[in-house]
Amino acid sequence: MCNTCGCNITPGNRTHAYKPVNGVTAVSVLQNLLAKNDDQAAHNRRHFDQHQVLAINFMSSPGSGKTALLEASIDALKNEFRIGVIEGDLETENDAERIRAKGVPAHQITTGSACHLDAHMVHDALHHFPLAGLDILFIENVGNLVCPASFDLGQHRNVTLLSVTEGDDKPAKYPVMFRAADAVLLTKSDLLQVLDDFDPERAESYVRKLASTAPVLQLSARKGLGMEAWLHWLRNELAQQRARLAGGATARPKVQPEGVALHA
Amino acid sequence: MHELSVCQALIAQVEQIAAQHAAQGVKSVHLRLGPLSGVEPQLLQDAYPMACAGSVAAGSVLLIDLAPLKVKCQTCGAETQASPNRLLCGQCGDYHTQVVSGDEMLLMSVELIQGAA
Repeated sequence: MCNTCGCNITPGNRTHAYKPVNGVTAVSVLQNLLAKNDDQAAHNRRHFDQHQVLAINFMSSPGSGKTALLEASIDALKNEFRIGVIEGDLETENDAERIRAKGVPAHQITTGSACHLDAHMVHDALHHFPLAGLDILFIENVGNLVCPASFDLGQHRNVTLLSVTEGDDKPAKYPVMFRAADAVLLTKSDLLQVLDDFDPERAESYVRKLASTAPVLQLSARKGLGMEAWLHWLRNELAQQRARLAGGATARPKVQPEGVALHA
Repeated sequence: MHELSVCQALIAQVEQIAAQHAAQGVKSVHLRLGPLSGVEPQLLQDAYPMACAGSVAAGSVLLIDLAPLKVKCQTCGAETQASPNRLLCGQCGDYHTQVVSGDEMLLMSVELIQGAA
């Protein structure tokens, strides 16, 4: 039983859900407001699973280094895994071109004025994107610490970046976003030596206050610092996803099943 | 500012329900929102008349229940109130908690206007 598709209303209890009063009928629904998006996301996830692809959603504010980290990760992993990237931006093909320059397939979604990707946009992108043969698909969401957190795309894991130039209290200011993270990456860590107001421990303590057990890793994609821990996390996630698929199971970002299970 | 998209998704759901019941109109739409849902109730209220204009839900009232934010501690078992950026156990202070209420974004019920039954 779930709260997303209305399956909690059965032929047995359907009659109790309607209470006709003077031509007005009350219909009990109990659906998630984004049920349609969630159905599409579940479809996308099945699609990823059929192709044995691990899908990772990158979220952060604009300019925190999502594309730079993807470039560095591709450089580090291109002989090990086949990688694909779906890019989300309001305008321009710039990020997809940067990724293609690394020799991996990339598809750019331009959202116009939409502040986030949703499951339907990602599904449309998948029609232009061969999943066969890929190991990891990165979906780089629109740079925004608010809206992308509310839309399931069908990804298996969420990674949220926080660059050290942004301030260490961002997890306290944007709790919905940071609570959704399966891993938090403190990027541009090479700048910590010149930024005396960003304390990585304080940033992590704000993440813990959101009841998050996600790892908080420091790295600099540009200077190649701290990349091993991130690549280790990624390899481990891929191995776990493959083990789950072998057992006929899949994964959703940590924060979502919790909510679904508790509302059932 | 994704409240308009959320509102449009909501209206699509309401239209579907109204069509299933052959309703002539919609009197009210009842939601339950938590502070961790990522949706601002006031912005949703503001977007609602625009989103439902021209649909079967035009002129209906949007009613929003605010869900309290509560966490259950996995360490001590206590269920306590929390705030969006402080989801620690109110009893023992541990961060191994689960949100039991406060992240929902639910369409609870719809009041449909039927013709002569």
